[in-house]
Amino acid sequence: MFEGYSITPDAFAGKTAAQIAELPGHEGKFVLKLGDFFTVSGNGGDTAADTDIVIAGDCTRVKYIGSKMTAGSVTVNGNADMYVGGWMKGGKIHIKGNMDSFCGIQMEGGELLCDGDAKNHVGCAYRGDWRGMKGGLIRIKGSAGNDIGTAMLGGTIIIEKDAFIHVSTHAEGGTVIVKGDVEGRVGGQMVKGEMYILGKIKFMLPGYKKVDQVQKECDGTTYTFDHYIGDLGERHGKSKGQVVYANLYLKAA
Amino acid sequence: MTSGEIIVKGGFVIDPTRKINGDVGDVAIKDGKIVDKVSSSAKVIDAKGKVVMAGGVDIHSHVAGPKVNAGRLMRPEDKLRSGVCLSGMAQKNGYRMESGFSIPSVFKTGYDYARMGYSFVMEAAMPPLLAPHVHEEIHDTPIIDEAALPVFGNNWFVMEYLKKGEVENTAAYIAWLLKVTKGYGVKVVNPGGTAAWAWGLNCLSLDDAVPYFEITPGEIIKGLMEANEYLGLPHSIHLHQNNLGNPGNYPDTLAALKIAEGVKANNKFGRQTVLHSTHLQFHSYGGEGWKDFCSKSKEVMDYVNKQKNITFDLGCVTLDETTTMTADGPFEHHLHGLNHLKWTNVDVEMETAAGIVPYIYDKNVLPNAIQWATGLELALFAKDMDRAFITTDHPNAGPFTRYPRVIKWLMSKKAREATLATMKNSDKVINATYIHGIDRELTLYEIAQMTRSGPAQCLGLAKTYGGLAPGMHGDVSVFDLNYKNMPGDAEKIETALQRAAYFIKDGEIVVKDGEVVSHGHKKTVWVKVKMPENAQVTRDVSQAFHQGTYTVDISNYPVREYLAPHQSIIDVNVEA
Repeated sequence: MFEGYSITPDAFAGKTAAQIAELPGHEGKFVLKLGDFFTVSGNGGDTAADTDIVIAGDCTRVKYIGSKMTAGSVTVNGNADMYVGGWMKGGKIHIKGNMDSFCGIQMEGGELLCDGDAKNHVGCAYRGDWRGMKGGLIRIKGSAGNDIGTAMLGGTIIIEKDAFIHVSTHAEGGTVIVKGDVEGRVGGQMVKGEMYILGKIKFMLPGYKKVDQVQKECDGTTYTFDHYIGDLGERHGKSKGQVVYANLYLKAA
Repeated sequence: MTSGEIIVKGGFVIDPTRKINGDVGDVAIKDGKIVDKVSSSAKVIDAKGKVVMAGGVDIHSHVAGPKVNAGRLMRPEDKLRSGVCLSGMAQKNGYRMESGFSIPSVFKTGYDYARMGYSFVMEAAMPPLLAPHVHEEIHDTPIIDEAALPVFGNNWFVMEYLKKGEVENTAAYIAWLLKVTKGYGVKVVNPGGTAAWAWGLNCLSLDDAVPYFEITPGEIIKGLMEANEYLGLPHSIHLHQNNLGNPGNYPDTLAALKIAEGVKANNKFGRQTVLHSTHLQFHSYGGEGWKDFCSKSKEVMDYVNKQKNITFDLGCVTLDETTTMTADGPFEHHLHGLNHLKWTNVDVEMETAAGIVPYIYDKNVLPNAIQWATGLELALFAKDMDRAFITTDHPNAGPFTRYPRVIKWLMSKKAREATLATMKNSDKVINATYIHGIDRELTLYEIAQMTRSGPAQCLGLAKTYGGLAPGMHGDVSVFDLNYKNMPGDAEKIETALQRAAYFIKDGEIVVKDGEVVSHGHKKTVWVKVKMPENAQVTRDVSQAFHQGTYTVDISNYPVREYLAPHQSIIDVNVEA
């Protein structure tokens, strides 16, 4: 299991292939080199923005790819392990296979696209932390597991298929879109932000109540939604004299 | 302890215990102790161009025990920003994992204190029922000598004895508890208020009677002070005052300090003072609410400067994201209500309470900026630097690893002004505090008083810690600072004090060039009181255990010997 925190446009910028191969990566407590696991060809761009990285090969056991990057692009022609794009600030990541858990953890900007499935804790906060994803876009073409957008503050997460449980738990902002079904626990302890669920929620939380039906645009298409507000068990702040709630838009039958 | 000889040659020696202020000289160590001279085969440490001081003494820090560990458990994110121990030597030599920024692991605690040249740290609050846990963590903390203060200010025995005015019985109970917990002295936290918390209440002023026990905080403080001097303990009572952290609390602070008026220190350890008021920064506020919140450091120090039998430590806010943890249970509930962050509330069923809430001291939040200034002002207004000690009430106002930063601010007006200039509300901060008008810059000698000689004397440890006179522990710190040519950039002072060039502990080199090279030999220091048998107290304690009041048997209560394998016991003999 290799920690690929050096696999970023920021780390590769201004370096030759030989220098890139010397970049560090942990395996357990030992510090190894990228060259121990990858063959590197090509040079980094002048800046991170000019640097495009393409990885061929099975990265199922390579963690932290593209973490903390600020610009440029990383493409993986296969799967990736945990923490893809963790703490990223900008640039683009494209995983053509599946991803493991904790992708986009505490993300601040940029785009993360996954053609396959993600596991758990998508665009989440670090465990125990109350400050989650602040910005950027995560799009997963497949399904995801549990804990999407925990403690989310901003940005957008789009899951094109299904999600399991815990969407936007403790969130204070941001937008989560699940186009398939969600098992339940959507918007638990959420005080602000939006969720769009196009499929079914198997178990609704009791802290949400339906207020009206609205037409809204969701990722380019307009639908009719049942509009719920919540989480009513929480302390809600005011903005311009109006109480602010989290909004759950559930596609009308 | 090693029988090797070391000579620290040619450094600028700063030793307030002998009034040595930067003279170039040698410090000789043999058999783990400072000696007059050593043979020519001694290992030479070249300290030319560097400052040489005794090991540091931290009088108040929360580093070992159940609430510290509860903090570690509830804050996984505290470890995310703590950095990685990548030192090759560390990996090769099997050094332990260092994690945690505001609540470090016990290993990081020992290593980081040693890197800053500290030799003694007092765990500020030990819950008696869980004293074994405190000692296990002390045992696992490498290098530094530690002691722990059991909490007495909300103890049912203490409150019942003092209500009846029975100082001698209180003293006998203190002696027993110190023995069974291997404790060092009498800690008093939010007296009465933490006991009231068992009913969801608090005691904010010295006259608020504790429910059911009907004794006031003022009476508890006075009674414990008398019992402490009756016993002649090495340390004075150590008081975390009532009404902590609230705007306008400074009159309550002065009222508590006044209790020491006329009380004489009685002990054989050289201690001159009878009351130590801890993290005084949190207790020096004016205003009636957060809108007119301001510093009253000057008013407090006008009194402290005159009253020669009290000491205090700063409790400086370092403007970091940190963790508050204290036996002031009701205060932590209040803080949770203020910042709505996660809150742990435990130990209420014991002789104390404990609350933990993360806290972000943001320089752009006006009250936090005022708190930052207040802590520094207390030191800058102090006239006797042997009665003012540097702390951050770790981790409450900031991590102990920020001591060099606090020292930088105290030694450099430019550094203070630079921090002030980064504050969004700097003009409001200036209006609410004294700091902008203070030009004073402390000297390294005064810093040595505040971190070595002063705290050692207050703890009754002046014969062994805090100085470089022959006979004292061979604990010597060498810093890369040229006393004759101090850096104009105060950042360099902070950097030099963060990583000692050398730290020698009990005659063993444990830190070299800022890196830990040995685990050394730590000691657990505690106070063993011998006094005539007090049949009343013996009976009362034994009855309490058998009546079902306690969940453990009296034979299971004491701290076992194996938990403190290297003890340094201070004997106190009380005549009849």
